[in-house]
Amino acid sequence: MEAKNYLQDISEIKDLMNKSSRFISLSGLSGILAGLYALIGAAFAYWLVTNSARQYLILDGRIFRLVLLDLFLIAFVSIVTAIYLTTRKAKKNKVKVWDASSRRLILNFLIPLVAGGLYILIILGQQKYGQTAALMLIFYGLALVNAAKYSIGNIRYLGYIEIVLGLICAMLPGYGFWLWVLGFGILHIVYGAMMYFKYDMK
Amino acid sequence: MSIITNINKAFDHRIRLGIMSILMVNEYADFNTLKELLGVTDGNLASHTKALDQSQYINIEKQFIGRKPNTRYSTTKLGRAEFKKHINALEKLINK
Repeated sequence: MEAKNYLQDISEIKDLMNKSSRFISLSGLSGILAGLYALIGAAFAYWLVTNSARQYLILDGRIFRLVLLDLFLIAFVSIVTAIYLTTRKAKKNKVKVWDASSRRLILNFLIPLVAGGLYILIILGQQKYGQTAALMLIFYGLALVNAAKYSIGNIRYLGYIEIVLGLICAMLPGYGFWLWVLGFGILHIVYGAMMYFKYDMK
Repeated sequence: MSIITNINKAFDHRIRLGIMSILMVNEYADFNTLKELLGVTDGNLASHTKALDQSQYINIEKQFIGRKPNTRYSTTKLGRAEFKKHINALEKLINK
């Protein structure tokens, strides 16, 4: 009887430690959708650029502003979707969305992301745009790795892959667009699908 | 039996074990957070936190947020060490 009780104690300890310190309601579906938005947005940007008079991107143009707007829209729609689906999932599981663990997750995610975003805007302002895709991938990867401490799941590995892709991208700036598509589109869909089947199907 | 001596009586209760587990991985937790996570009544939680406080395993910090009283709990150094010992003892018992 004793050993069984202690075994139960241990599993309860583990459960409480996880529940109290890590946010587990991130929805896999939101990852899949974020990837799809990224693909659609990338296709739109590709179409814009190849159909423009010059067929390549220059700063200060109308096309460039449209591409920026396109990027901004992808990010915005992805975030709204993630918030909506995560709230829904949290309600279903009867856990609070906005508690100490999710606050910590978001804060730690945002620190590298905002720093990176501002940095990218600054160097774009200085006409250096060859590394934009690489920087986006690297800072996004760092944000994921940093947030992973406060979440269950394998976000950490997604982060590592994004960082590696970003570094490869930095060496091959000519393929920036395709690596961006791979990192933000395909990887999100693969990762989201894995999360979805692992955690959400239950 | 030397293993049994490491089983700490102060932790040998579901709720106290729960309180310690939560506080081990969080800098601090307030009364309501503990209550929600553990699913216990006010009085029950209060008596167990008091017991842990008396053994000097946790700190109790009372303060006001606006006009509302708010009690925060955190582990002491002693509490962390004792809890680790307790867990190790549990593991040994299970693996025996």
